[in-house]
Amino acid sequence: MKKVKEISLILGVTWIGDLLNQLLPLPIPAGVYGLFLMLALLCTGMVKLADVEGTGNFLLDNMSPMFIPAGAGLIRYLDEIKAVGGIYLLINVISTVIVFLVTGRVAQFVMGQTEKRSKVSQCK
Amino acid sequence: MQMMKEILENSIYFGFFITIGAYLIGLFLKKKLKLAIFNPLMIAMLIVIGILFLTGVDYDSYQRGGQFVSGLLTPATVCLAIPLYKQLHLLRKHFVAVAVGITCGVITSALCIFFLCQIFKMGHEHYVTLLPKSITTAIGMGVSEEAGGIVTLTVMSIIITGITGNMCAQGLCKLAGITHPVAKGLAIGTSAHALGTAKALELGEVEGAMSSLSIAVAGIMTVAVVPMVAGWI
Repeated sequence: MKKVKEISLILGVTWIGDLLNQLLPLPIPAGVYGLFLMLALLCTGMVKLADVEGTGNFLLDNMSPMFIPAGAGLIRYLDEIKAVGGIYLLINVISTVIVFLVTGRVAQFVMGQTEKRSKVSQCK
Repeated sequence: MQMMKEILENSIYFGFFITIGAYLIGLFLKKKLKLAIFNPLMIAMLIVIGILFLTGVDYDSYQRGGQFVSGLLTPATVCLAIPLYKQLHLLRKHFVAVAVGITCGVITSALCIFFLCQIFKMGHEHYVTLLPKSITTAIGMGVSEEAGGIVTLTVMSIIITGITGNMCAQGLCKLAGITHPVAKGLAIGTSAHALGTAKALELGEVEGAMSSLSIAVAGIMTVAVVPMVAGWI
């Protein structure tokens, strides 16, 4: 009964996300609409954490294998891969690593600065 | 051989089973060999591709079963609200770092693609195909189409990017001294969307929450940035 309620809530929000995706002319996917809707429902207390957490965490803990079909879908692009695969691989890997490092270092630097400042103001 | 192919294509459980089974093998190899290159996700993708190649089963037939696994992705994305809700106090506390970090990431991504396309002499079509490669597939496909890119290559790039982030996240954090869980999460989500987030969730709840947030924010920012830089090449 509890599981059924959890699954219904999650699927219901997912479905509304899908509706929004179809009705609104924005390039935002159903999952992202659903994410913010679920967040709003949790923040307003309309949905309790305990009512979605069990099934929600099951889905999150097992998110990796959900990408396998999409990855295997690369088999459809063999011609493109033969033509430009090498250079795309190179560009993708290099840019991903750089974006990763810049985002992480910048965020960490900013947090360090704010923490320093708050410590100084505490000393005053 | 032809008969075997038909038998396999006639059961939806074939695609369902090989997807999960391949992941199980991936997890097993990772546990036995303990090397970062043996990413269970990548091993599983290669196994499935190998099986489809050997049996001759076409992708659409496989996907009739595979969709039971991939179809869970949208509800799972919705559930990313759960770690985010639990870590909302961290978002308030580190709001500036989150905003600055993701913005820098999105701009860096566009600049990187611009310079790499210059270096490798890629034309406009390939440039706009690559621009949305760090964001989640559902947004990226639309952005690429709108800018006149080749959507199939955008999808391929998004997957390669995601796998790279998923595989290298831990190593890169260690290498660059990114130790704060908030910074780790932002870096993973901004550079490698949902596929990286799957790894961030394994690292910890804070990492997962920040990575989830980055998917949405970086995705929406990229929608705004791509038209601005698309004319550069």
